[in-house]
Amino acid sequence: MSGTHAHTVAFVADGKLPDLPPPPGASGAIGWIRENLFSGPLNTILTLASIAVVALALPGVLDWALFKSVWNASSLSECRSIIAESFGEGQGGACWAVIRERFDQLLYGFYPAELRWRPNVAFVLLIVAIAPILFDNVRALAVGAAAIVALKALAGAAGVVDGGVGGLFGATTVVLAAAGALAWFFGGGAHRRYWLMFSAAFPVIAYFLLWGGLGLEPVASSRFGGFLLTMIIGVTGIAASLPLGILLALGRQSKLIFIHAICVGFIEFIRGVPLITLLFVASTLLNYFMPPGTNFDLILRVLIMVTLFASAYMAEVIRGGLAALPKGQYEAADAMGLTYAQSMRLIVLPQALKISIPGIVNTFIGLFKDTTLVAVIGLLDPLGLTNPIRADSNWNGIVWELYGFIAFCFFLFCFGMSRYSMHLEGRLRAGERR
Amino acid sequence: MNAPADAAVQDRAIDRSNMKVSDEIAVELVGMNKWYGEFHVLKDINLTVNKGERIVICGPSGSGKSTLIRCINRLEEHQKGRIIVDGIELTSDLKKIDEIRREVGMVFQHFNLFPHLTILENCTLAPIWVRKVPKREAEQTAMHFLERVRIPEQANKYPGQLSGGQQQRVAIARALCMRPNVMLFDEPTSALDPEMIKEVLDTMIGLAEEGMTMLCVTHEMGFARQVANRVIFMDRGQIVEQNEPEEFFNNPRSDRTKLFLSQILGH
Ligand SMILES: Nc1ncnc2c1ncn2[C@@H]1O[C@H](COP(=O)(O)OP(=O)(O)OP(=O)(O)O)[C@@H](O)[C@H]1O
Ligand SMILES: [Mg+2]
Repeated sequence: MSGTHAHTVAFVADGKLPDLPPPPGASGAIGWIRENLFSGPLNTILTLASIAVVALALPGVLDWALFKSVWNASSLSECRSIIAESFGEGQGGACWAVIRERFDQLLYGFYPAELRWRPNVAFVLLIVAIAPILFDNVRALAVGAAAIVALKALAGAAGVVDGGVGGLFGATTVVLAAAGALAWFFGGGAHRRYWLMFSAAFPVIAYFLLWGGLGLEPVASSRFGGFLLTMIIGVTGIAASLPLGILLALGRQSKLIFIHAICVGFIEFIRGVPLITLLFVASTLLNYFMPPGTNFDLILRVLIMVTLFASAYMAEVIRGGLAALPKGQYEAADAMGLTYAQSMRLIVLPQALKISIPGIVNTFIGLFKDTTLVAVIGLLDPLGLTNPIRADSNWNGIVWELYGFIAFCFFLFCFGMSRYSMHLEGRLRAGERR
Repeated sequence: MNAPADAAVQDRAIDRSNMKVSDEIAVELVGMNKWYGEFHVLKDINLTVNKGERIVICGPSGSGKSTLIRCINRLEEHQKGRIIVDGIELTSDLKKIDEIRREVGMVFQHFNLFPHLTILENCTLAPIWVRKVPKREAEQTAMHFLERVRIPEQANKYPGQLSGGQQQRVAIARALCMRPNVMLFDEPTSALDPEMIKEVLDTMIGLAEEGMTMLCVTHEMGFARQVANRVIFMDRGQIVEQNEPEEFFNNPRSDRTKLFLSQILGH
């Protein structure tokens, strides 16, 4: 080297040092494991303890849920005898047969069986409506649709599902295939505007599909149930509470004292009252205020209450984002002569909402799970359906399978939302920072 | 502190051929007063700025310099007196306020670029939405001004990817894209490292050479000496002294000015 002695004060580097690879064990899989799992005595103990817990619990859970489970049976007692027969007396196994038998009910409640294609089509259209909002282009729809149609064709040909290949010509599959084809040819970012127009029209389409009218046979609200009801309340609540929450948050910031007071009063009142109370108000009290004879749909009343409830929380989350914006951003927008609406839409909200994404999604997830509270006022959401199912003499005594399945479905939705929000944060961050 | 400013000025001779002060009035403040609650920040400000004037405002911290220029485009509201910009009197009429803001560009100490928009989008946003210029045309104008502040190659980056000096030059270009008649600067260089101060001052000198009306709060005395045609000294909410730069620096009249200058110039 260049003779840098400790006592040499003056020093000039005589060339560039070469870039060397890191020493072995500092990077790669082994490096990662050492760094994250065995970096110290405490970490090592915790790692080993965790492995032990998983090793102890996992076989039992897998045994119960998969290896010793029963899918074909018509009652709980039949399940038990099958398990006792195949695995020996006293063995525990899941009786998924209840899910199999009541699957349609858990999905649709008491929606008339011959009309269930309508919620199915609505669900496909929901995906089509959401895709352009969540993503820059909707090409993925084409791939997804093609995969599902292909799977269905295979299953039909193999005779796994009823109807054979003829099942491919059901309304849902046709709509799915059409949407996929459109997405394939016109799914690029340039056409996003048209897809968004469809998103805007979707609520109306969905309303007529689900409740009927316009030549479709009407279906009463009392027949709605299961995850159909969860989706209706959850999706409407999410879609409506965000804009309402934004308005409330902006109103709370307003210098106009009247608007400010109304927004603060609304937010504080709604946040101070349990959702169940609001739901009871929706189900019973609200009728006293209506002129006699008016029939204000119960699901609609619940939708309003859930939306109001979520929007109050949403407003506070967004207020946090607004407050986190430097004052200079508002001033720069003002100084350029942007109107209030323009500066909010173009400058303030894009940034404030981005900051608030974790909180917004948190509220969405909370709302989605809170939809189960409607069981308390007698609506038959999946949790509400557990009572009639468990009261059936065939399934009397079943607990884990039913609640486990419902929990699993909720988890899938909520986890999906959570992953999407992380994806979105990453995408938005990638643009701006170095 | 003023060394970089002098350096900037020494780099090239200033072309004064377009620096003409016209008789037309650009900004007029008459008996203007402002209070923050009980606190009297601005006291009886009278100031007339003609088109083409380059005015430097200086004074100790807290003297009300920022507040003064922020009143001119209504980022702060004044409570007494009149402010007239380009013949339009500032009242609480929102239309008038927007009209004035369109004519007045502002550059802030902390740039205040919009971090979620690219440099080009930062520059085209206001022309498109406020002046209703077609997008293509707005982009051409923006590129023109980005070239003038010598960073056209950064047009598609985000502000976070630029150095402080580059960001401030973008902020100047952004203000120019609105084709303002008056430019306000609030300590445009005081958040910058010395080597970046020069590039921003250079840009501002270029602007002055083209005859832009400028009100500039700054402590860059080299810039004031070379570019300003009037220097205003403020203290405790008052205009204490104003004069041509030569006289102002060589023969300050008030004791407060003398004290301030001795502190800032380090004599
Ligand atoms: N929003 C506000 N509310 C109350 N007082 C304020 C507010 N903004 C500024 N002030 C006060 O008004 C006075 C003038 O502030 P201003 O920012 O105009 O000073 P300045 O001359 O620009 O100082 P500096 O050189 O530090 O930027 C200061 O005493 C400051 O504390
Ligand atoms: Mg200031």
